[in-house]
Amino acid sequence: MDILQSHSAPTPQALRIAKLQRVQDFLFHGITQFFALSVLIALMGILISLIINAWPALNTFGPGFFISQEWDVVKGEFGGLIAIYGTVVTSVIALLIAVPLSFGIAVFLTELCPGPLRRPLGTAVELLAAVPSIIYGMFGLFIFAPLFAEYIQPVLASTLGQVPGFGILFSGAFNGIGILCAGLILAMMILPFIASVMRDVFEIVPPVLKESAYGIGCTTWEVVKNVVLPYTKAGVIGGVMLGLGRALGETMAVTFVIGNAHRLSPSLFSPGTSIASTLANEFGEAEAGNHLSSLFALGLALFIITFIVLAFAKWMLNNMEKKQGLKT
Amino acid sequence: MDAQQYGEEAGIENMNNTSNIDKNIFAQRKRANKIGLTLSMGAMLLGMVFLLWILSVLLFKGFSAISLDLFTHSTPAPGSEGGGLANAIVGSLLLVGTCTFFSTPIGVLAGLYLSEYGDRSRVAAITRFVTDIMLSAPSIVIGLFVYAFIVAQARHFSGWAGTVALALIAIPVVVRTTENMLRLVPGSLREAAYALGTPKWKVAFKVTLRAAQSGVMTGILLALARVSGETAPLLFTALNNQFFSTNMNAPMANLPVVIFQFAMSPYDNWVELAWGGALLITFAVLGLNILARVVFREKVQG
Amino acid sequence: MNSFLKKALFISAISFTPVAFAADMTGAGATFPYPIYAKWAEAYKAKTGSNLNYQSIGSSGGIKQIKAKTVDFGATDNPVKFEELEKDGMVQFPAIIGGVVPVMNVDGVKPGELKLDGPTLADIFQGVISDWGDKRIALMNPGVKIPSGPITVVTRADGSGTTAIFTDYLAKTSTLFKDAVGSGANVKWPAASTVGGKGNEGVAANVTRVKNSVGYVEYAYAKKNKMTFISLKNKDGNYVSPDDLTFSAAAAGTDWSKIPGMGTFITNASGAKSWPITGASFILLYKNPENKANAAEVIKFFDFAFKDGKKMAEELDYVPMPDVTTEFIRKNVFAKVVTK
Repeated sequence: MDILQSHSAPTPQALRIAKLQRVQDFLFHGITQFFALSVLIALMGILISLIINAWPALNTFGPGFFISQEWDVVKGEFGGLIAIYGTVVTSVIALLIAVPLSFGIAVFLTELCPGPLRRPLGTAVELLAAVPSIIYGMFGLFIFAPLFAEYIQPVLASTLGQVPGFGILFSGAFNGIGILCAGLILAMMILPFIASVMRDVFEIVPPVLKESAYGIGCTTWEVVKNVVLPYTKAGVIGGVMLGLGRALGETMAVTFVIGNAHRLSPSLFSPGTSIASTLANEFGEAEAGNHLSSLFALGLALFIITFIVLAFAKWMLNNMEKKQGLKT
Repeated sequence: MDAQQYGEEAGIENMNNTSNIDKNIFAQRKRANKIGLTLSMGAMLLGMVFLLWILSVLLFKGFSAISLDLFTHSTPAPGSEGGGLANAIVGSLLLVGTCTFFSTPIGVLAGLYLSEYGDRSRVAAITRFVTDIMLSAPSIVIGLFVYAFIVAQARHFSGWAGTVALALIAIPVVVRTTENMLRLVPGSLREAAYALGTPKWKVAFKVTLRAAQSGVMTGILLALARVSGETAPLLFTALNNQFFSTNMNAPMANLPVVIFQFAMSPYDNWVELAWGGALLITFAVLGLNILARVVFREKVQG
Repeated sequence: MNSFLKKALFISAISFTPVAFAADMTGAGATFPYPIYAKWAEAYKAKTGSNLNYQSIGSSGGIKQIKAKTVDFGATDNPVKFEELEKDGMVQFPAIIGGVVPVMNVDGVKPGELKLDGPTLADIFQGVISDWGDKRIALMNPGVKIPSGPITVVTRADGSGTTAIFTDYLAKTSTLFKDAVGSGANVKWPAASTVGGKGNEGVAANVTRVKNSVGYVEYAYAKKNKMTFISLKNKDGNYVSPDDLTFSAAAAGTDWSKIPGMGTFITNASGAKSWPITGASFILLYKNPENKANAAEVIKFFDFAFKDGKKMAEELDYVPMPDVTTEFIRKNVFAKVVTK
């Protein structure tokens, strides 16, 4: 009874503390909200300033800017198609190569690898994720491209290049550098990222799930395909999107090996340019006006592409989760 | 007991007899397994070959540049012998250090807001979405933005502009990892603290954040690792400096841009320094990643 | 967290430390003179302690940055016209002379072995001649074994004064090139297999690694990379190889004092030994700079370079400005800059 009675009237000291705590909580809410808002404002500011700076070019050239093949600095005619094509094609090539390879590496590291090898190989993969992207560019130009031109391009041209229709992708001079080379270097660059993310999420799968599948007689491959992958699909898709995001925005590795030519060609051997490398090459000198504005428009295009990719990934994930009944 | 004995006890006939299994399907499954795993091995080998190739090139070429000179001398002029990367190393440390100094509190506090107040706030939902986009944003666009906003207005390149550019890349990483880690803290911990009459801010700092602190540190280290190797955002902000300087208000030497300049140059000592710098960055980033993993792993198993 | 705070405070303390009393100047621009400017800056620092930080971002970059006033001086091999100088309130002077050299990478062809003239070179860069086995090349080089193969043209991806000098020469010698491509820091190269490199070093890196390629670089880059250069027929009809003697022969006839704004191209100069693609690299300064102390220091730097930097320039195969011209620059250009 005493205890209940002692709670009926709070002491003045308790009241003071309670008031102080209310103020502190109010401040806490305000301060954290302020920082969250400032992050939001800074990021929105970047987007908005991109749009504002790109507006003159979009106004002059209209929405056709994004599908125009022009890029003439002297005449002042600009169009984004060549750069957008280069960005998209190199990233797609990179994904097509890196995702299966990373999947293989992740499966190997989690299911097949003998115990003592697991740590060092895993560290080797992480070491490569740590390599700054400029190294991939240097490696690409100095070491890979000459070998690519000498040994691999002729083989590709004589085999895949002979297939009617499809073969035009592998025509042209064997320069080494070009869109295909840039795609390959990008693949090597995003491979460690995707592989280590996949490896991490594969490791989090509860052993009981895998063991119950093995228990009813599933083969290793079936366990991976039907248990591990569905369980980790959010992480896997996240990892792939992370890799794709890096590939789309990569500047240095691509600038070294893509050939920097404002030219659209059906062949993958030909030099081209990507949005990021155009920006790196020309931003330092673009005079205010159509040139500078077109560069900002390209940056905006890259943002839009990244946004579409992300939205698509989220939508895909949402759909999968709905099918599984995890979400309504 | 083996399958036969089990079958006898349970009354199932021919337990050991595998004739009631459709051999075709079984063979098919075995084949699929073999093919899948062999492809997997093959992918692994191919991937590892490339990765080890790059790694060995980096180690081989970079190792010859590692010496005491690398850390004590500044970048040499074209044609001058020797030299080192002292100014670039110090510059990078300053840039990355100040970036971390600013992005950590901003990112952690914003992450706190998103996790503690974020369920019912539209602002939070939008912030989360925009942060996700920025995580994949091309770093060069951020460099352009900072050039237009800071360098062009202040009329000079500066280390501060470089710091701002790097912070804009690091903050989304810190915000998201902080929020994710804080959300992992079980609600019961928070509720126990509230039940004792703790104000919200104390719960946030002394209970939630402390419980998630290793995860949050991981996020900060990962952000650090990410910005250490970025070249593009520094190209038009911090520019570069031939000489040793700690003046953040002027162009600042930094490892990535120096590597970019030196790598393609015709001077042998420059190319060697470029590979040496690349090796330095690689090992620094790797060290940070491993540190983050070691710290994180301990907490998960504990 | 405490030790972290300590480290953070330490780092911010260092960053606020004022740098030594010596001045810090920043310049940006052409990659053409970068080796010699960086060399001079190193010597200047040893003598006076001042840091002249030169960043090579291309001639067009140099012009843009000085116009945006983000640097103390701009450097460009593509001279700015006098009217534009007056409009922006700037002065311009040539600081060093060098040569642009066509380079190639074809199996078995040695440096200087291949001989071409202006129109043929223009045809190659225009894509009119697209294979090394073309008869027109063979005609000028009897006895030289040139394996055939498609020519990959390597040019500059960024706005470049080196391009301006090179295309000026091609346009002067080939009306076909002049009409189809023109000249300037940025041109639309029509050849189907054009590859772009960033800076002189990018072109050099590409030519050395892509077989059957041809490109153009400043001589220091060609020499250092031991590249295969092409000998050219000069205006007088003699085949010459690039080196500082042929460069100074080409520059000898120019009277810089007679040119308003001192901006001019000196390609295709007459003289028995002249190298036809010689050019000067220019410096841009404001007449009324915002940072007067830095502008004064920049002038002191170039004064030092003109007096004591001649040997360093020659060692790197550049041609220093003749004394007559440097005197003129001191009296008529440096004097115009308000430094107090």
